[in-house]
Amino acid sequence: MPKWITQVGCPYCGSSCDDLEVLVSDDGKKVLETRNACVIGNEIFHHASNPNRPTRPRMRQEDGTVKEITYDEAIDYTAKALLKAKKPLIYGFGSTNCEGMSAVGRVAEKAGAVLDNCASICHGPSFLAIFDNGYPSCTLGEVKNRADVVLFWGCNPMHAHPRHTSRYSIFPRGFFTTKGNMQRTIICVDPRETDTAKLADIHLMIDQGHDYELFDAFRTVLRGHDIPDVVAGIKKEQILEAAGKMKNGRFVMIFYGMGCCHTDGRNHNVDIAISTTRDLNSHTKASIMAMRGHYNIAGPGQVWSWQFGFPYCVDLSRGTHAHMNPGETSSIDLAMRDEVDCFVNVGTDAGAHFPIEAVRHLKKHPFITVDPNICMASEISDLHIPVRIVGVEEPGVVYRMDNVPIQFKKVVDGPDGVLSDEELFDRVYERMCELTETEPIWILNRGHAHGSSTAEQ
Amino acid sequence: MKEKIVLNMITQRAIEEGQAMEKGKTTPEYFKACSIVEMNPEDMKKLGIWRNTNVRVTSEAGSVIVKAIEPTQYVPPGLAHIRQGVWANQVVPPRTQSTGTPQYSGFPVTIEPAIDERIKTALELVQGAVGLWKEGGN
Amino acid sequence: MAEIIIKNGFVVDPARKINGDVMDIAIKDDKIVEKVGSGAKEIDARGKVVMTGGVDIHAHVAGPKVNVGRLMRPEDKLFKSPNAQAPYRIESGFSIPSTFKTGYDYARMGYAFVMEAAMPPLHSPHVHEEIHDTPIIDQGALPVFANNWFVLEYLKNREIENSAAYTAWLLAATKGYGVKLVNPGGTAAWAWGLNCLTLNDPVPFFDITPAEIISGLMQTNEYLGLPHSIHIHQNSLGTPGNYEITLDSFRLAEGVKANNKFSRDSVMHSTHVQFHSYGGDSWRNFESKAKEVMDYINGQKNITVDLGCVTLDETTTMTADGPFEHHLNQLNHLKWANTDVELETAAGVVPYVYDKDIKVCGIQWAIGLELGLYAKDPMRTFITTDHPNAGPFIRYPRIIKWLMSKKAREETLESMKYTDKVIDATNIHSLDTERTLYEIAQMTRAGPAKALGLSHIFGSLAPGMEANVVVYDLNFNDMPDDPEQIERAFLRSSNFIKSGDIVVKDGDIVSHGNKRTFWVNARVKENPQVIRDIHEKFLKEYTVGLGNYSVWDCLAPNPYVIDIDVEA
Repeated sequence: MPKWITQVGCPYCGSSCDDLEVLVSDDGKKVLETRNACVIGNEIFHHASNPNRPTRPRMRQEDGTVKEITYDEAIDYTAKALLKAKKPLIYGFGSTNCEGMSAVGRVAEKAGAVLDNCASICHGPSFLAIFDNGYPSCTLGEVKNRADVVLFWGCNPMHAHPRHTSRYSIFPRGFFTTKGNMQRTIICVDPRETDTAKLADIHLMIDQGHDYELFDAFRTVLRGHDIPDVVAGIKKEQILEAAGKMKNGRFVMIFYGMGCCHTDGRNHNVDIAISTTRDLNSHTKASIMAMRGHYNIAGPGQVWSWQFGFPYCVDLSRGTHAHMNPGETSSIDLAMRDEVDCFVNVGTDAGAHFPIEAVRHLKKHPFITVDPNICMASEISDLHIPVRIVGVEEPGVVYRMDNVPIQFKKVVDGPDGVLSDEELFDRVYERMCELTETEPIWILNRGHAHGSSTAEQ
Repeated sequence: MKEKIVLNMITQRAIEEGQAMEKGKTTPEYFKACSIVEMNPEDMKKLGIWRNTNVRVTSEAGSVIVKAIEPTQYVPPGLAHIRQGVWANQVVPPRTQSTGTPQYSGFPVTIEPAIDERIKTALELVQGAVGLWKEGGN
Repeated sequence: MAEIIIKNGFVVDPARKINGDVMDIAIKDDKIVEKVGSGAKEIDARGKVVMTGGVDIHAHVAGPKVNVGRLMRPEDKLFKSPNAQAPYRIESGFSIPSTFKTGYDYARMGYAFVMEAAMPPLHSPHVHEEIHDTPIIDQGALPVFANNWFVLEYLKNREIENSAAYTAWLLAATKGYGVKLVNPGGTAAWAWGLNCLTLNDPVPFFDITPAEIISGLMQTNEYLGLPHSIHIHQNSLGTPGNYEITLDSFRLAEGVKANNKFSRDSVMHSTHVQFHSYGGDSWRNFESKAKEVMDYINGQKNITVDLGCVTLDETTTMTADGPFEHHLNQLNHLKWANTDVELETAAGVVPYVYDKDIKVCGIQWAIGLELGLYAKDPMRTFITTDHPNAGPFIRYPRIIKWLMSKKAREETLESMKYTDKVIDATNIHSLDTERTLYEIAQMTRAGPAKALGLSHIFGSLAPGMEANVVVYDLNFNDMPDDPEQIERAFLRSSNFIKSGDIVVKDGDIVSHGNKRTFWVNARVKENPQVIRDIHEKFLKEYTVGLGNYSVWDCLAPNPYVIDIDVEA
């Protein structure tokens, strides 16, 4: 009999929904059906059973074709490439668990690598702003239970976080919000009339790239000063109306996204968003949250902060201490300046998501992809090592966009012989120790160190 | 009618892109979802093209052929949108303002009709960029 | 692991009333034994002090707010991270060190056990992930209860049995050790931007007062017979004049008897009392009320305290007292992080510079030390810095120096810009007390071990105890004239053996040991109402599924579980 598994976590967006139900075949190997998932999450669970999925490492040959090799050979190649490189870059981690990120930390330290994650090309500017201004935030349950004014700034959850509005931010009924969306005022700031903007009570169709000015106008108004008739393409009356709603809200929530981080101003846009939140706390209760893109992209920020003190752009190449300086130690800048001589792409697709010029630079040196699927990075790699899909075939801890840790279970067994990220990187580490004739350093007994692979369901 | 038009480009997510990406970047779905540029009908008129016409989008960083479509979510005149992904990243400038994050949104592009030109597949674009593309695929 | 003998040291072991006797300490595997065979590995401790491993009752070393501090403060790493000690892991950070540095630094100081002082239950997997990555030291974590909706509702209705059943469930779900209270009711109020500043301020919506929460949780704790008492951070932390509220909350413990099988006598542990012993009504006339507070403690046998000494460093404040961090941020205008946690708690993080040339900081420094010097019972008064709030834990040796040496205190006092004003507002200048090594061992070992209900494992060198033995380079009979040598000796021990494993030699790490996670599993009679309430709240108000809430066993892979059967 096929079996329904409940409270399953979804390994797609930063909403990290953990209420999915998945129907699994009798033999526990195939996903038959899902409930509660959005179209994207549904796709991930079904994709796991794709017969074309690679199940062995593939090494590129001189003629450009690829050939299957063993995991031992792949591990040996990776270990040697990392040891040989002066300054390897290990990048990605949008789609893996914290166990894998932790294992990679050990490898990177041994290799003297730069460790970076997708935030570098995404919410990195948020980190820069947090370094300067802090982060008054909350968990998503606070939004559900209390928020009566919700502002979406430069983000479009209806597309990027499909169940965010129904689980947390617009529609759900909570303890103090028993009337759900009837009780909430929704404000959207976006240069396009997105599907999120269509749900808003107030849509401020801002001139693209003028976010800082509009935030500044809000701060000015909140402090009781006058503003020009039009700011960033928005009429004064509209700004006053929106500011009034915020000031009179009992719990104001600001969600922001790539509209702030990807455009001119970058961290400065986020910085002033945070300042606006701080200002609002003089009038009422207000919180702000970055709409993190992937289900565990908050994870590397957490794991590496506790291991090295920095959330991203962690340069370990000095061997003695960790160093971070985005702009200098960030993946794109390192690539464009040809400062790295080996690239390991883990749980992401730099081939598709880096500006193509950066890909060209990285491709001058050994290029390794660790990812369950065929992707652009895998198809230009010297070596592609497939791994189990976290949340589908591999359990583990993930951090939701509000930094709440959620323990994701697995629902089916991975393909025979395919390793997890954690197992793979621990074996790479052991191989590096063999090659350098050093003792591996484990924090706990080896028997205790391997948790997630045997996580209870 | 003009031969080319300068627009302000943004590249953002879309649910069609997300779904297709999880299906696979070599699938027809991904091609369909991402090899497009959304622009306001007024701007199409200025350029003298119909919707669903192939255009060449050129930025300081590069150039790509995509299909011009009417916006699925309203885009005002002057703004253009390519969904995040392989085609967008052929033109996204890698400059980071010393933050590490490239200029994914808010960069000027020139758009010109390219009716007879073919839209390349994702694999052709990426493998082509690094000298691995072979006609007929690998 | 095998047999080790630490020979000829001056043994200081207050639990057995041993004060500087020259003795050998024998170890077999992970326990202290009467004697070992001739093949035992010998460690020569001649001319040095031998103590059991330190026990830290209160430090913020693992979990979401600690990590917010790390993430938010790259400058805490700048020029402040020592070079890695090959072949061990890279060490980062000063006031909020990386997990590796945390484990290594505690071990270098000879600490065996550290209690993470505030675990938000929803974030407990995170706390355990960090504990997992903190080498060598044994750890536990205290989940926070005093602003939790379940607790507020049960206590409002005076349902101690339900409160106890929920508490037992939450301890097991989070793998927690005991009951922590932070700004009772005030943090719940903060979710609406408000606070509870006195014991009688009603909590918005919940119709209960801080006093009722404190008393209710104290009863809950003794009903369950947990190893540790309630562990409380009182209302109105860090405000001039708050000592009266502190005394008011102490009085709630009068007449309450400890009920447990762990030789614990106290029913309330009041943490970082330095922040709660303030007089005056503004920062202008701010003054020490350490004497008033400690006079009360000295006469009240069922309360223990830890000091929370200000160390005059640039540090990072972090607490579940959300409204306090907001208030502090209004004072210093540095960066401010806050996290309100659904149904449970909140937390704030703000960097802070305790500058010795600022009068208030000087007074705070004096208050912490005064409390340590006025205490009549060092077995109930423990050395902490509320790490990292009043200073980083690596300053414990400096506090020991100040407590042991009037000369050291005077030097610091004289180096301040407003020495006279600090002297006027405090009693530090007139206090001649100098703590002995025996008393220091009580304040850092025997005392906290007993308060945590762990005196059968930690806090003594008696045979049968856990083999945690530290050797400090101090001559008991000929203590150095230069107080700096005291600090140096306690900062980097000559040897530290943790659970029978030599982990430190000449101040350097030589092994990752094999750390454990301590948690308490209290078994109560099945309580259908509480089970139903839990299911309902997860269905309606939480955003995480009940099935994904309890911490997996694999996150605490080397547990030490204290089982309690609560009589029905």
